[in-house]
Amino acid sequence: MTDQNKDIDTHSGTETTGHSWDGIKELNTPLPRWWLIVWYATIVWAIIYMILMPAIPALPGMGTNTPGLRNQSDRDNVAVAVQELRDKRAASSAILLDASLEQIETDRELQQFALAMGDSLFGDNCATCHGSGGRGAKGYPTLADDVWLWDGTLDGIQYTITHGIRDPENLDTRFSMMPRFGRDGLLEAGQIDDLVEYVVDLSGREADGAAVERATPIFAQQCASCHGENGKGMRNVGAPNLTDADWLFGGNRDDIYNTIYNARNSHMPAWEGRLDDASIKALAVYVHSLGGGE
Amino acid sequence: MVELLGPHNKTSKEGASAPAPPQHEDLYAKRRQIYPKLAHGKFRTIKWIVMALTLGAYYIVPWIRWDRGEGIPNQAVLADFAGEKFYFFWIQIWPQEAYYIAGLLILAALFLFLVTSLFGRVWCGYTCPQTVWTDLYIWVERAFEGDRAARMRLDKAPWSFNKVWRKLGKHIVWLIIAFWTGGAFILYWHDAPTVAKGWFTGEAPLSAYWFAGILTMTTYFLAGMMREQVCTYMCPWPRIQGALTDEDALNVTYRYDRGEPRGPKRKDQDWEGRGDCIDCNQCVQVCPMGIDIRDGSQLECIHCALCIDACDEMMVRIGRPKGLIAYDTDTAVTARVEGRKPPRWHPFRVRTILYAALMAVIGGIMVFGLMTKSTFEVNVLKDRSPPFVRLSSGDYRNGYALKVVNKDTDARTLILKVSGIEGATVSVIGMEDDLDGEFELPVDAYGVDRYRLLVTAPAGEPRRTLIFETTDPETGETTRNSVPFQGAK
Repeated sequence: MTDQNKDIDTHSGTETTGHSWDGIKELNTPLPRWWLIVWYATIVWAIIYMILMPAIPALPGMGTNTPGLRNQSDRDNVAVAVQELRDKRAASSAILLDASLEQIETDRELQQFALAMGDSLFGDNCATCHGSGGRGAKGYPTLADDVWLWDGTLDGIQYTITHGIRDPENLDTRFSMMPRFGRDGLLEAGQIDDLVEYVVDLSGREADGAAVERATPIFAQQCASCHGENGKGMRNVGAPNLTDADWLFGGNRDDIYNTIYNARNSHMPAWEGRLDDASIKALAVYVHSLGGGE
Repeated sequence: MVELLGPHNKTSKEGASAPAPPQHEDLYAKRRQIYPKLAHGKFRTIKWIVMALTLGAYYIVPWIRWDRGEGIPNQAVLADFAGEKFYFFWIQIWPQEAYYIAGLLILAALFLFLVTSLFGRVWCGYTCPQTVWTDLYIWVERAFEGDRAARMRLDKAPWSFNKVWRKLGKHIVWLIIAFWTGGAFILYWHDAPTVAKGWFTGEAPLSAYWFAGILTMTTYFLAGMMREQVCTYMCPWPRIQGALTDEDALNVTYRYDRGEPRGPKRKDQDWEGRGDCIDCNQCVQVCPMGIDIRDGSQLECIHCALCIDACDEMMVRIGRPKGLIAYDTDTAVTARVEGRKPPRWHPFRVRTILYAALMAVIGGIMVFGLMTKSTFEVNVLKDRSPPFVRLSSGDYRNGYALKVVNKDTDARTLILKVSGIEGATVSVIGMEDDLDGEFELPVDAYGVDRYRLLVTAPAGEPRRTLIFETTDPETGETTRNSVPFQGAK
């Protein structure tokens, strides 16, 4: 466009685009200089960025994106950061490996380190089932109370974390199997009904006396071998105490019936191999501290 | 309406002679370079002294040592971020006591209010870092380029060797001062000798380089280039100022009752019928803000009083009494204009008394707080997950995290006693069972120790209260924490 063709708006003195709609024209106000400078700067920056950093995605035949002169890769950076963290932890972890669990718990400095480490490990690995702070849920034992199915000592907890419970992959896992009395036809439905009353009676609640009497020989025959003659449970097979107020799978009659009929053999994976030994030790101390353990 | 329709209408109606585009007022004013002339007199001297004191304090304070004992920083004034503490000579502020810092800021604000309502913008004119450093930078500029007239000549002159070395020298000295300013700043956040040495050997933390760099650049640009624009456009204080000053505050004032009508005076002229202002413009030439004080109180004026010096010098020379420009109140000027006797300046007004009283109250609370500051602090945090567990016996148990802050420089053993619930038993993880309900908690010197506690209590009310009582058996100092104990109904 030559100068003669310029259409200057008389009111503002600014050039217009030359288009007219119903007598209304659009001003062709030049862009502010600061804006242009910033814009040019971003273009220059973009070019520099494309040269230095990964920028162009994989084109056909190229295989991968352009790596850029700096060879920057977030994936590699993460790997480096993880290795750095491992190295940083190595010294403290070594101390945990050398000390016994009792020493870790009673030494103030080691205890604070183990609890801090255990807290973060528990949140990442255990809280999904056991809840934050080991609060537990139906079917997932509460770790903050005083009820321990297998072993609540420091060593016992360490063993459970290491080998898991009923983990088919781990040879040393804690194992027991309650029979599926109803489903496998070991007991009649009526017998199970009577057993439910017997268990309710064991835990000190009101129960049908006649049913309890009918169930007494059945309990002695079928249940006492694991849960004990008086129903107090047996640690080495992880058989729970039936006389207390704690019910992992619920304590009402329906829940108890369900448990006897189908059996409940829940699993916990072995953490051996997934977590290093120092982490497992820290976790054992942490879990022990949640409810004071045994 | 016609104007809005645009040029195509105009040409058809009015013919060839289209009206010239209306002149719009330019809303952007280019900065006018200010060349403040050197003033001589009482206030200039005061400003030199204030500059020496404030800059001296700024550069020297971080080097003062203050012995606090083994393992604790021995720097008198230190904001120790890594150690999470603030040191000020004999006072040590822990993060839990940040309210002292808040109190200090409130005191500083009130003091600023009080001074402003008494003497106007003393802060702006004498002690504000922007004023002090600008003054210093102008001093350097004067040393290289000469006073006002010489500087104006130099700026107008074409580039020459003379101009280049003077300008270059000035900027180099400015940058050196700027660097020392930024460098001194970081000394307040780290051990001064260590960070000063580490800075040059590349061992200082990244933040030290970063902040030294930022402060170097801000000092160079704010004091060297931007100067009065910082006060006029960037600083909020001139705006707040309007609400704080009043007609009874002593402000730098042109006494127009005495000065007007102004005008140049010949030797043979009589003083009868005219004002004392001879329009010599000295007050304008010395002004670092580039304003004319004779226009009255204005936003730009930082009340540095240099115009008083300039005017007084002139008044002596022409044989008139000093004080045509002086610290005066609006009330007094108005009274003289109306022919009344100006009232005495009275510092005790409702506003100033209120500010002083508030300062006394807050200062008193802070001093009392500092005097009775405990040497240890106990925080008890109840576990939120799980809030409680029911034990097989039917009892309830709650977990607590106990944090003991020992502000003493010696390690010691505190006695913890938990009470408040009948039949409750307490255990501390990693410790032997309690004897008579008391625990001995060893705490490290000058640090924070954490303990985990479990409290078991028989079923009862769902919400009960435990009292944690921690005592230093040697001093008898005791803190009490009331914390909730939860359990289902």
